[in-house]
Amino acid sequence: MHLILFIVFAGFCLTGAINLLLQTHPINSALSLIVVMTSLAVLYLLLGAEFLAAAQVIVYAGAIMVLFTFVVMLLNAGREERTMGSRTARSIGFPAVVAILGVIATILLRARGLGVASLQDGVTTTENLSRILFHELLLPFEVTSVLILIAILGAVALARQGDGEPPANQISYGRRERPGAK
Amino acid sequence: MNSVFTQEVPIAWYLLLSAVLFALGVVGFLIKRNLITVFMSIELMLNAVNLSFVTFAHQWHAVKGQIFVFFVMMVAAAEAAVGLAIIIAVFRARATLAVDRIDLMKL
Repeated sequence: MHLILFIVFAGFCLTGAINLLLQTHPINSALSLIVVMTSLAVLYLLLGAEFLAAAQVIVYAGAIMVLFTFVVMLLNAGREERTMGSRTARSIGFPAVVAILGVIATILLRARGLGVASLQDGVTTTENLSRILFHELLLPFEVTSVLILIAILGAVALARQGDGEPPANQISYGRRERPGAK
Repeated sequence: MNSVFTQEVPIAWYLLLSAVLFALGVVGFLIKRNLITVFMSIELMLNAVNLSFVTFAHQWHAVKGQIFVFFVMMVAAAEAAVGLAIIIAVFRARATLAVDRIDLMKL
């Protein structure tokens, strides 16, 4: 059962990720990414991480991807035109990806001592998780909440219309001209 | 029939899946020409690393690995909020999302 579920949802993951690369419209890429994230939630459940599976669905597939689709629709992002990209990306990036993937795969396939995962393994309950999170790691947890607060303030400050700027519909994007000049 | 339901999956397969997802994220980062999809590729890489964390937490029966994933999720949420706000600001200033045309800081 574990094997079947793993193969099915790993397949979903890989199909979604490849589809993300192949689609030219950002909204289709966003929907593929949602497929990847929900299948990853099932894989977390198979590995006994029940809280993280729920958090993955709520935080990633819910909140973050809603933000992404919202921005795609707000900016009316159209079809992207494919260009060749930079020379650095082609000459260094792709060989590096292949090399890293090859090294990791070789190490993993030759590794000894890695166990197996089955459905009989125990799950990490939310109680176990919160016991460590709120006793040993309380300070990092609180620091992260400050980080989130600062990020929210930064997002608001970045995204809001500046006071001195004219409204967006009066800005001329093509030529550079002073606002108010006829 | 019974053997199908009790079969186990090697931990290495999970790690391999994570590595492949990470590589796909890097490839997406390199080939995508839209600012938002480039950002999505970064999220894909973060998710691939999270899968590694959960897998190793299962392997070594260490709960702290899962807590690390929790922190990565929080940082990813903050990063998505700030990153998308920056994308909106860039779009407002340059009226484009194509990364080839956002090259003001290029040498």
